[in-house]
Amino acid sequence: MTQNIDRDLRRFRDIVKGNVRENLKKYITQDEMLGRRGRETVSIPVSNIDIPHFRHGKKGSGGTGSGEGQPGQSLGPGEPENGQGEAGNQPGRHIREVEVSLDELAQMLGEQLELPRIVPKGSDALESQKDRYNSISQVGPDSLRHFKRTYKRALKRQIATGKYDPSQPIVVPTKDDTVYKSWTTIRQPQANAVIFYIMDVSGSMGDEQKQLVRTTAFWIDTWLSSQYKGLQKRYVVHDAVAHEVDEDTFYRVRESGGTRISSAYERVHQILQNHYPVQDWNVYLFQFSDGDNWGDDNELCLNWLKTSLLPIANLFCYGQVESQFGSGEYVRELSPLEEEHENLVLSLIDNRSAIYECIRDFLGTGR
Amino acid sequence: MSISTYRALPQEIRQIQAKMEEIAAGYGLDFFETIFEMLDYEELSMFAAYGGFPVRYPHWRFGAEFDELMKGYTYGLQKIYEMVINTDPCYAYLLNCNSLTDQKLVIAHVYGHCDFFKNNAWFSKTNRRMLDQMANHAARINRYIDRFGHEAVEEFIDACLSVDDLIDPYAPHMGKPGDKKTSTLDGKSQAEPVEIDRRFATKDYLDSYVNPPALIEQQQQREREALQRKLASHSFPDQPQRDVLQFVIEHGQLRDWQRDVLSIIRDEAYYFAPQGQTKIMNEGWASYWHSTIMTRHGLTDAELIDYAEHHSGTMATSPTRLNPYKLGIELFRDIEERWNKGRFGSEWESCEDFETRQNWDTGAGRGREKIFEVRRVHNDITFIDTFLTEDFCRQQKLFSFAYNQEQKSYEIVSREFAAIKSQLLRSLTNFGRPIIRVQDGNYQNRGDLYLVHQYEGVELKLDEAQDTLRNLHKLWGRSVYLESVFDDQKTLISFDGHSHLREVLSVNDDSSRTFIITN
Repeated sequence: MTQNIDRDLRRFRDIVKGNVRENLKKYITQDEMLGRRGRETVSIPVSNIDIPHFRHGKKGSGGTGSGEGQPGQSLGPGEPENGQGEAGNQPGRHIREVEVSLDELAQMLGEQLELPRIVPKGSDALESQKDRYNSISQVGPDSLRHFKRTYKRALKRQIATGKYDPSQPIVVPTKDDTVYKSWTTIRQPQANAVIFYIMDVSGSMGDEQKQLVRTTAFWIDTWLSSQYKGLQKRYVVHDAVAHEVDEDTFYRVRESGGTRISSAYERVHQILQNHYPVQDWNVYLFQFSDGDNWGDDNELCLNWLKTSLLPIANLFCYGQVESQFGSGEYVRELSPLEEEHENLVLSLIDNRSAIYECIRDFLGTGR
Repeated sequence: MSISTYRALPQEIRQIQAKMEEIAAGYGLDFFETIFEMLDYEELSMFAAYGGFPVRYPHWRFGAEFDELMKGYTYGLQKIYEMVINTDPCYAYLLNCNSLTDQKLVIAHVYGHCDFFKNNAWFSKTNRRMLDQMANHAARINRYIDRFGHEAVEEFIDACLSVDDLIDPYAPHMGKPGDKKTSTLDGKSQAEPVEIDRRFATKDYLDSYVNPPALIEQQQQREREALQRKLASHSFPDQPQRDVLQFVIEHGQLRDWQRDVLSIIRDEAYYFAPQGQTKIMNEGWASYWHSTIMTRHGLTDAELIDYAEHHSGTMATSPTRLNPYKLGIELFRDIEERWNKGRFGSEWESCEDFETRQNWDTGAGRGREKIFEVRRVHNDITFIDTFLTEDFCRQQKLFSFAYNQEQKSYEIVSREFAAIKSQLLRSLTNFGRPIIRVQDGNYQNRGDLYLVHQYEGVELKLDEAQDTLRNLHKLWGRSVYLESVFDDQKTLISFDGHSHLREVLSVNDDSSRTFIITN
């Protein structure tokens, strides 16, 4: 039964998607979305969808309630201003939340930022296998017996041997007549990708900075997930030494002490060598730091990049966030390399609104 | 287009229905024939999103409503148990996965609603064949969609819905709405100023004191001048008009199909208005009867706990939201008790002795009779105004609260009876929505629309009001103005099709400041 409501529901969803698309820039720079992420969908608060009416605001509003309490006792702030409807005894107008799948979100992001589709590095070696029931076999379980073919074969045999009597059309298949459905294995090349997130957790990186990183990483994930089937993520944090951690720890851990970026490069290189053969994997490296590296270490870092990381990575992105101590020198150290290595992208994230540009910088290369 | 969800009621539900109907009729409930249907939650949500009707015109807001109901149900946050619509015969929808106890309760509850629909005066002017009417509306709008395109019609409906609450809910009870002639463009027929007698009735020898001739003359002079000014400025209507929709239908720059769509929206708004006017009474009445019928006739021992849980869930209160079910049922019970014990009339009112009041019982026994009368003549406002007593407020622990601008939170303001009652009445007036009237349909002799918000201490939400003006502009076709109060100042906001203007109106009107808000 097709119901009228399906038509209205579809229309509503279209409107919502249009609204999200229009306001994507706003959503990108807010980290509101991160907490609303489910396995395959994100729940997005959309405003300005409901039909406006002349309504009372909060100021001067009130109502009647029941229960204990003395005059002057607080009852809480009520719903947020744009959620408040009539005075007190009516349900308020609230912000609608709608669910958008991560795929759709990635698509919108791609359209908004005009991101090119990624052409995966030619790695056909890793294959996925899939069974398809599209062939016939002489042996098999009864449950897979192909009745029509079996019948035809039996009929053919009976006619050929003269045992078929049209007035009494009884067809009895023998063991030899019976055929079974069978499968063939299809090999499909599959592009695999691994993302490394590297973050500086030295004392100078505050919560504000980490939040910027987190928001940026969310959008990178969303986009790359839409481009690769099997996407793996690894997280490396470092101060003077580097550790591999899980996602949750990555955003929470706080160390103090100095900064040696080379330690992280070494660690990444190690993981790559052990787990991700270069020819099979698309490798993405995203590094975030406030750029305050220990002076002597810069030389070593450049060396690591030039010899080990840049040659194998699809993309190496360095995002420098501005901390309360200002922005560091490291980005300037790297900029000479940008000339020779086109898979190196540098971006400065000095505030929330820069996230938008940063994502465009990072993912606009189509690598 | 039409869909059928009809399936025969299961045997046991039919038996329950027959029994409940008999009991309800035995108590004197009087209802149209009531047809029950069983639906699954998705279907029930669809009906709920459509306001109880199987066929409505296409619009996304029904989809939005449906989406929300389904989500609420999926996440276990809310559940609709039933729906009844005010038609003859009455249609009621039951949720098929309810337990049998719930079905009993719901069926008893539904008969309460049906009786209310049929007998309450405020429903007397509603179209009982609304099922057909709604389908007809849908057909008309579908035709316009085919001719003028989905986008165009949808955009126009959005604009209409934005002002669909600017109607006069009392109009149906004062002759046919829109009967009054409002157009004065020919001018001549209205040229004779009507003298309104402002004199108070009094004895002859007091007349010159009560109605000082000089003052009366002054008043009449002022009125005459006002009328002259009005005529000279070609403004209309004569009296501010509550039914803004009707005014726009008559005078807005609309194409024929737009006029028709707007009148459809208006018809439907009038159909649903009485349900808003009688929410507390209607739910209270239905709850009173499900409670009475279930506890005296319907329940088996095994069902008691389930019933109690369901009933108390329905009656739950929260500090900042008055539950209409709870308030309604308690008031009906209070009225029944008072009229049973003779606690009414001047003798009762003037008695101030606590002990005497406490034991007051004249054995009048008129409770049942009284509540039937109450359900016939009252709406929520008159119901509260007439029957909310100080004792009742205390028993129910009612209080009034208000928003504290400094603390940014709601606070209990008072437990004084007068304050509670006036606050309650205020929030029921016009369903707690602002009252807005057409002051002038030819403002500044430019054909602009001038609306006035009747400010009662609560300011409008500025941003939403501006969005609404923008929509109203689509209907009116020329600039629209709204006079209201913002930031404690009398203010005129307007939209001319391009930008929003906000102008502070000073008391003597000559030093007004204007500044433009970007759109």
